[in-house]
Amino acid sequence: MACTDRRFTGRIWKYGDNVNTDIIFPGKYTYTLKAPEEIAAHALEDLDPGFAANVQPGDLVVAGRNWGCGSSREQAVSCLVLAGVRAVIARSFSRIWYRNALNNGLLALECPAFVDLAVAGDTATVMLDEARIAASNGRTATFQPLSDDVLRILDAGGLIPYIKQQMAV
Amino acid sequence: MSGQTFAQKALARASGRDTCAVGEILDVEPDVVLSHDNTAAIRRIWEEFGQERVKHPGRMAVTLDHAVPAPSAVHAQNHREIREFVGEQGIVHFFEAGRGICHQVLSEEVVVRPGQVILGADSHTPHFGWLGAFGAGIGRSEVAALWAQGQLWLKVPATMRIHLNGTMPEGVTAKDFALRIIGDMGADGGLYRSIEFTGDTIHAMTLDSRMVLPNMMAEFGAKNAVICPDEPVLTWCLERLAMRQGIEAGSSAWADLADVLRKGCLYPDADCELEAELRYAAEDLEPYIARPHSVDDVVPLSELGQVNVDAAFIGTCTNGRLEDMSAAANILSDRRLAPGLSLVIIPASSQVLEACIELGYAETFARAGAMLGVPGCGPCMGNHFGVPAPGETVISSANRNFRGRMGTPSAGIYLSSPAVVAASAVAGRIVDPRELD
Repeated sequence: MACTDRRFTGRIWKYGDNVNTDIIFPGKYTYTLKAPEEIAAHALEDLDPGFAANVQPGDLVVAGRNWGCGSSREQAVSCLVLAGVRAVIARSFSRIWYRNALNNGLLALECPAFVDLAVAGDTATVMLDEARIAASNGRTATFQPLSDDVLRILDAGGLIPYIKQQMAV
Repeated sequence: MSGQTFAQKALARASGRDTCAVGEILDVEPDVVLSHDNTAAIRRIWEEFGQERVKHPGRMAVTLDHAVPAPSAVHAQNHREIREFVGEQGIVHFFEAGRGICHQVLSEEVVVRPGQVILGADSHTPHFGWLGAFGAGIGRSEVAALWAQGQLWLKVPATMRIHLNGTMPEGVTAKDFALRIIGDMGADGGLYRSIEFTGDTIHAMTLDSRMVLPNMMAEFGAKNAVICPDEPVLTWCLERLAMRQGIEAGSSAWADLADVLRKGCLYPDADCELEAELRYAAEDLEPYIARPHSVDDVVPLSELGQVNVDAAFIGTCTNGRLEDMSAAANILSDRRLAPGLSLVIIPASSQVLEACIELGYAETFARAGAMLGVPGCGPCMGNHFGVPAPGETVISSANRNFRGRMGTPSAGIYLSSPAVVAASAVAGRIVDPRELD
């Protein structure tokens, strides 16, 4: 889950603007579902009912503006992590979802240029060190390199393991 | 160097600094850390740190509000674990099921004061900007980290200032203004930003109305939103704190407390740096409706056309206050709900409920055929108490109309002010209360 793998390839699932936390992970489950496989089974349930059954480890979710708007529920990130999603690439992110992603070791990249060229079902390769994403049709897009603050948390695998490392020092 | 915005001042103070820059990342020590029914889940994360005691139990606030009374054994067990945890950790600011929604209760109890920073595992934490505090929503892991360490990194947001001046037309509310802003600019129009509300109309609003604005800015993508505190806000805080501490009005302790509160207030510098400014004239506003399934799909009510409704809901941290109950009671007095329609009314807190009983609103609601619920979040996020049937249309005073938000993906949720909800519940279709016979 940690970002130590600097280059990876995944299949693209593509969605639109303002995908909110209720359709990523419905609120009615937030106080009842706890088991990882149950949480993963409801990922994107009200947006794309075929997602949870067909997502493969390493897949990429690509979306438009304001991905993850709405609730602060962290399951809107953990359901994707548990479903095997390697990264979410969007035009922009809701701020709480973005923090939750980072804090759960899920790579979230703002890259509007890649969203323009991404095709659902195709594959793409993310190259973190080059801050570049290459689609399988050969077209590429660049993103703002991740800051050291972000990388430290991602490399630890999220906020909790990061703090545990700090507390151990 | 230019002056500081409210957000810069609040975050600088909470990180032990005099000033800070927009975009800078600070280690912030919040004055209050909020969690609710998610407290048991946060505890399980916090336990990974192996600590026996949380660092600052006095800074924690815990409410039971999201699913109260417990709709299932699983929810009941969740509440039980939270009660055990707050007992073990000696958390003073714990508010039982039935006391009300976290944002309303912490406001009534003045757990958060002007100029303070509150971070909460709830997306509507910007709410506390109504009293001049910096409130921002965070995730469960972050709350666990705060319990352990007392501090968290935050990026200092850029500021958008929204001006509202003039006189609001009759029947137009703060909710309509919030919907208008979100409709104009989109659900990400305030993304990552601090929103400062200003203008004579804002300060002429009742406090119940003001609370709607920062609260709804969660739907605008904002990090926080604020209205600078004025005398009515200071009086609200002073009276409630004094009563809790047994301080008599006019005593020297009263004057000291007033002084402490006043010194805590933060105001943006005249030459602070604003990223954007929006200006509205109150006279141009009208009642607005957000259509399913997006809070930014906003139209003037006058242009909505015929929409029949099956269910109606008045309540939530956005619009469940006494003023909202009063608006509903005015409309429902001597009227009955449309046949076949259900109306759920849930006061935001036990204090609001008590006032509804005292003022006769509870009786009005019951006579009209409405269902009066236990203070809490109710059906807002689909846990219980008025979940719609598949394909039904709901008119609601809540803050979100996302697909499936109320538990039923095929239901359509329209958002409006409480008065429009009440009038629509009588008419059986979405109407302007000014049009009711």
